[in-house]
Amino acid sequence: MTLFGYRLPGMSSLILWGLLWEFVGQSGMTFFVPPLSEVLSTLFEVVQTAAFQKALYETTYAFLAGVFFAIAIGIPVGILMGKNRLLDELLLPWVNVFLSAPLTALVPVLMVLFGFGMKAIIITTTLFGIWIIILNSRAGVKQINRSLVEMAHSFGASPLDAFFKIYFWAALPEILGGVRIGIIRAVKGVIIGQLLISIVGFGALFELYSANFLMAHFWAVLIVLFALAFTISEFLAYLERRVSYYAAKR
Amino acid sequence: MANRALYLKFLSAVLLFGAWEVAGRIPVSFAFPTFLESMGALFRMIGDGTMATAYAETLRPLVVGVAISAFLGIAIGLWVGLSSFFEWLFSPIFIVMQAAPLAALIPLLVLAYGIGLTSKVLVVCIMAMPVIVLNTAGAVRNTPESMKEMGKAFLATDLAIILKIVIPAASPVIFAGLRLGISAGFIGAILAELKITPTGVGDIITYSRSIADYPSMYAAIFSIILLAVLFLNLLEKIETVLFKGNQRGYVSD
Amino acid sequence: MAMSQIDPVVIDNAESAVSTRNISKNYGDVEALRDLSLEFPRGQLTSLLGPSGCGKTTLLKIIAGLLEPTSGEVEVNGKTVTGPGPDRAFVFQDFALLPWASVIRNVAFGLEMRGMGKSEREDIAAKYIKEVGLGGFEHSYPHELSGGMRQRVGLARALSVDAEVLLMDEPFSAVDEQTRRKFQEDLLALVQNENKTFIFVTHSIEEAVYVSDQIALLLPRPSRVHEIIRPSNFRSKGVDNIRRDPEYLDIVDEIWASLRTYVE
Ligand SMILES: Nc1ncnc2c1ncn2[C@@H]1O[C@H](COP(=O)(O)OP(=O)(O)OP(=O)(O)O)[C@@H](O)[C@H]1O
Ligand SMILES: [Mg+2]
Repeated sequence: MTLFGYRLPGMSSLILWGLLWEFVGQSGMTFFVPPLSEVLSTLFEVVQTAAFQKALYETTYAFLAGVFFAIAIGIPVGILMGKNRLLDELLLPWVNVFLSAPLTALVPVLMVLFGFGMKAIIITTTLFGIWIIILNSRAGVKQINRSLVEMAHSFGASPLDAFFKIYFWAALPEILGGVRIGIIRAVKGVIIGQLLISIVGFGALFELYSANFLMAHFWAVLIVLFALAFTISEFLAYLERRVSYYAAKR
Repeated sequence: MANRALYLKFLSAVLLFGAWEVAGRIPVSFAFPTFLESMGALFRMIGDGTMATAYAETLRPLVVGVAISAFLGIAIGLWVGLSSFFEWLFSPIFIVMQAAPLAALIPLLVLAYGIGLTSKVLVVCIMAMPVIVLNTAGAVRNTPESMKEMGKAFLATDLAIILKIVIPAASPVIFAGLRLGISAGFIGAILAELKITPTGVGDIITYSRSIADYPSMYAAIFSIILLAVLFLNLLEKIETVLFKGNQRGYVSD
Repeated sequence: MAMSQIDPVVIDNAESAVSTRNISKNYGDVEALRDLSLEFPRGQLTSLLGPSGCGKTTLLKIIAGLLEPTSGEVEVNGKTVTGPGPDRAFVFQDFALLPWASVIRNVAFGLEMRGMGKSEREDIAAKYIKEVGLGGFEHSYPHELSGGMRQRVGLARALSVDAEVLLMDEPFSAVDEQTRRKFQEDLLALVQNENKTFIFVTHSIEEAVYVSDQIALLLPRPSRVHEIIRPSNFRSKGVDNIRRDPEYLDIVDEIWASLRTYVE
């Protein structure tokens, strides 16, 4: 988009939307949308409260733990699937099923199996992120050039060496792509988990704010949450571009 | 070869359900029924009509929400993809929405719209729409310039270029977006039923959990996952039939 | 030796179907065409011959009305070009076929855009599909065809709209040598029998001399007309004898002598 010959930066229209928000809020059109300025000033109060910091801490903890398991399990499983045809054929249908299944339906099961706490939220997070990581790691291994593998064998690489020195690096661009999407999904998973289990983290906080009609507080937390999610996603995309520079030249 | 694939699919189903059965028999947890118990509950609920009533309830916000998201999402996506102004204006919103955990809006939607159908439809929409919009817009923007130029050279009007060139060229990616959107819509619909008010399948899940009737709970969950997967596969089949050319790879060289 | 482009090439008793006047075209900093003027006589075939990247496609697209010149103007039948029109049809260098549409739908595309009914346009399309030698492939899809076959689909599409002026951007570049020779002969017959004006881009000196009534040699960027050559005498001797004709061979040599300075 260019205006009077100037290229407007990509995200600059958000300023316009912010102004619209302020205007709608000021006009008092609806109780549910307080002016942006009020939300922002509330934001600075909210982030200093102990409740917010506790929620942030709990969410970060659950998120990091969930993502850790998704990556630590997902990548090896994906690589194994890419390497072993039988395993691939046995697991792939289920990976595809869970990739597009409404995982929210599984949360109640997790709640009865693992209790109404952190554990269930962490597993929800893992479940949201892991399938795409498996699928992409598998795809990454599948496209590895055969001659690269043969080269490793001809130079006498042990299976372990071949795994860490060849498969992992050759499949890295796809794996990273999967990790990025997996993490974005995990962000959604951790919030969905908290909403349904709702006695921890932001789930509890939202419950508190909406019960007390604290609209500005609610929006302030939403802004923080969305901004964090967006930053994570952009950062990962940036990282992927930096690391996968060789992706096109394999 | 086709036999081997089918055979292995069957084997993999047997393995998973077998593992479920074994885990249920040990049992790994008091809340972990066996596969056969759960299937028994499933057929009982199908038989006595519980499932039919539940799905009539569940599918309503899902179908309405997905229909709105598909229609509006593709329309907005086309718009954003075709005009650099609308792209500048709208795409940041959808990019943020795509990355953000929109589920967090649910408590607010409930405050604003109550616990009825409207809220549930909106939940489905906010989950499903961003990916549909972004995919459509991206695909439209990436229509090969040479095809549009060809259209102009043969006197296609702007409308004809959109209908006969841009949309068919973009349709594989639009369909991919639609599949992702619908999958997210299912997540939203179940989330709404579990979070807002227990109705439909969400009600079976919540209620059977509260009375510790775990086979019914697992059966309901099993059925909704099955439904989502079947529906997405069906969509893929429809795409293959409807847009034969999509399967056919691109030629631009 | 160069015939100056400044005095317009007035051809005995043939008026121009297309004329380009002082065309310049810049792509940002790249100056593709500079002050290019050229007349295209009605009912004849004019070749544009020049090194890769010299702006042949650009000139063709300007004539087609797909690109706007930075300055200068194009007239077709005395009317200034402001956009694409039914009087011109284009054969694209990269074929520009619709991958989701069968051969027959691709060929009928131009007629469809003119609002012709389905059965009528498919009859016409089928006729031209046969004419370019693709009979039997009507319901194939582009990816099922070879490069040369795809190119012929593009050719059939341009022929089927029955435009007065045919703009052909390297239309035979991907067909095999045998088909290419057959097409060159067919093209000569087409020029003879139909009162159409052909503007033909090619990289092949032999092809240009073989098929053209007039050859415009273009200089590398920024492109101007370097020389206009009008092979005339061997045309009447029959298609089989042209390649042995001394004048044909002389002209080929002459063009190569002119162009080699830019290659070296
Ligand atoms: N869309 C564009 N943007 C910028 N530069 C362009 C564009 N199209 C063409 N050019 C430049 O203009 C010049 C002429 O391009 P053109 O395609 O007309 O060449 P050509 O004579 O048809 O070459 P070829 O024989 O290889 O097809 C080239 O140097 C190219 O770099
Ligand atoms: Mg060209």
